[in-house]
Amino acid sequence: MTRTMEKIAPALLIVSVFVVWELFCLMAGISELVLPRPTQIVAALVKYAPAIWPHAWQTFYTTMVGFAFGVAIGLSLGVLIGSSKLAYKTAYPLLVGISSVPKVAVVPIFVLWFGAGTVPAILTAMIICIFPIVVNVATGIATVEPELEDVMRSLKATKMEILRNVGLPRSMPYFFASLKVAITLSFVGSVIAETVASNKGVGNLMMIAASSFNVPLVFAGLMVLAVMGMSLYAIFSVIERRMAGWAMRKEVQ
Amino acid sequence: MKQVPIVELQKVGVTYGQGPDQTEALVPTDLTIAKGDFVALVGPSGCGKSTILKLVSELLEPTSGTILFGGRELGAKPMRVGMAFQSASLLPWMSVRENVMLPLKIVPPFKADFRAKKGGEYRDRVDDLLAQVGLLDFADKSPWQLSGGMMQRANLCRALIHDPDLLLLDEPFGALDQFTREELWQTLQALWLDRGITVMLVTHDLREAAYLASRVCVMSARPGRIIEDRAVPFARPRPIDITFESDFVSLVQDLRGQIVHAPVGRTEDAA
Ligand SMILES: Nc1ncnc2c1ncn2[C@@H]1O[C@H](COP(=O)(O)OP(=O)(O)O)[C@@H](O)[C@H]1O
Ligand SMILES: [Mg+2]
Repeated sequence: MTRTMEKIAPALLIVSVFVVWELFCLMAGISELVLPRPTQIVAALVKYAPAIWPHAWQTFYTTMVGFAFGVAIGLSLGVLIGSSKLAYKTAYPLLVGISSVPKVAVVPIFVLWFGAGTVPAILTAMIICIFPIVVNVATGIATVEPELEDVMRSLKATKMEILRNVGLPRSMPYFFASLKVAITLSFVGSVIAETVASNKGVGNLMMIAASSFNVPLVFAGLMVLAVMGMSLYAIFSVIERRMAGWAMRKEVQ
Repeated sequence: MKQVPIVELQKVGVTYGQGPDQTEALVPTDLTIAKGDFVALVGPSGCGKSTILKLVSELLEPTSGTILFGGRELGAKPMRVGMAFQSASLLPWMSVRENVMLPLKIVPPFKADFRAKKGGEYRDRVDDLLAQVGLLDFADKSPWQLSGGMMQRANLCRALIHDPDLLLLDEPFGALDQFTREELWQTLQALWLDRGITVMLVTHDLREAAYLASRVCVMSARPGRIIEDRAVPFARPRPIDITFESDFVSLVQDLRGQIVHAPVGRTEDAA
């Protein structure tokens, strides 16, 4: 009884939020130019679906391409930095420095170099997701138990062998945990870049809709983004659980 | 019977760190381990017991002195060692069997075969060892499904699977309850009797040293040195009841006295 309650409660909450929103707008007589009702948003979604679809695809595409590059770079850098104490100590301050720059600030530079459009969106999505991956992978590798490292070294294992047999597998849960954060960041980066400098993508669609006071369409875009963001997060949560189930168990002493 | 030395420390000293942060961990020390020996190293915490194990396993270079292996300088001929620590540090993403197999992926000559045959033929080898320590039924389990004592059994297996010339144990049973610990003493003794291995055991439990070892080396407080090298005469296999016999108890008390009244640091160098 309580078990099923726990399962449906989140969905119930979302539905109630929409119901309250709908009723509130109706009773307070709020104009759709300020805050459209959920039913109006859904109507806009249906009406503009053919127009929204290519934009949603564009946002998805730039997010995934940027994310893929970010994962490749982040994983390699993480392995590099995690495997050497010197590299770890040398590169860490720089990484923290880079990470504290708001990534949005680099969008104009990308536009300057590559022109408005797809490329800045991909690059923003890429650069924004590298840091958490690097840090997680490096931490996973660098925190191998000293005893285990001694056991391996006493077997005359090379650095590569230790990395392959211990460091890398050990860092995988950290890596997959960082992916769900990274994909969300990529998505944010991509939308921001589209909003600022593109003629495609959901961000751009919302900008244009807003400038023509098509408020239901703006909110329809927002809905699309929310659903995409949540789905991406959910997908990578599942991947995380699949790939590193052992890490969810209690740690072995 | 001729004693074949497997390891000889000749005036080996260790100082950690440099400049003002220096810590002298080991005063130049001599120690010879013969093939088939079971040597226990006991002494107060921080006296350099783990340091000696690290020297012998080549994890650490001595600051002074020489280490000979089989009469030759260490490094001349690769020596195979197996190590186990208090924390079992099994890899949680592998089964118990895969954990025990790990050294075979790394240590020659097994390594070459392992690559070629993906380890299939080593399965029996691992299972035999697991059976010997009573873990065969848990071979396919994950480490986190084992009790602390079982983890240490698997840890012992991992340290032995590649037939090391020397088994190095650093307080392997330190985190176990008394009952489990005594069970593991018996397991380790059986392995030693059966396989003719050479063991160096670091422990702070004097009963453990007296029960298991053929020789107990007592160390002084830091900077450490060996102040007593005592043969333990009890016949093998030793039943666990031996720990209540008066000879055993007085040996343990003797060792305790040695440690408590040990002169601190360096007093030798007179000769
Ligand atoms: N890597 C290290 N750097 C500096 N000092 C160390 C290091 N390892 C051990 N020591 C010091 O050397 C002494 C001996 O250490 P250790 O051999 O681990 O002692 P034990 O195992 O007998 O408790 C201790 O005082 C310890 O603080
Ligand atoms: Mg120690």
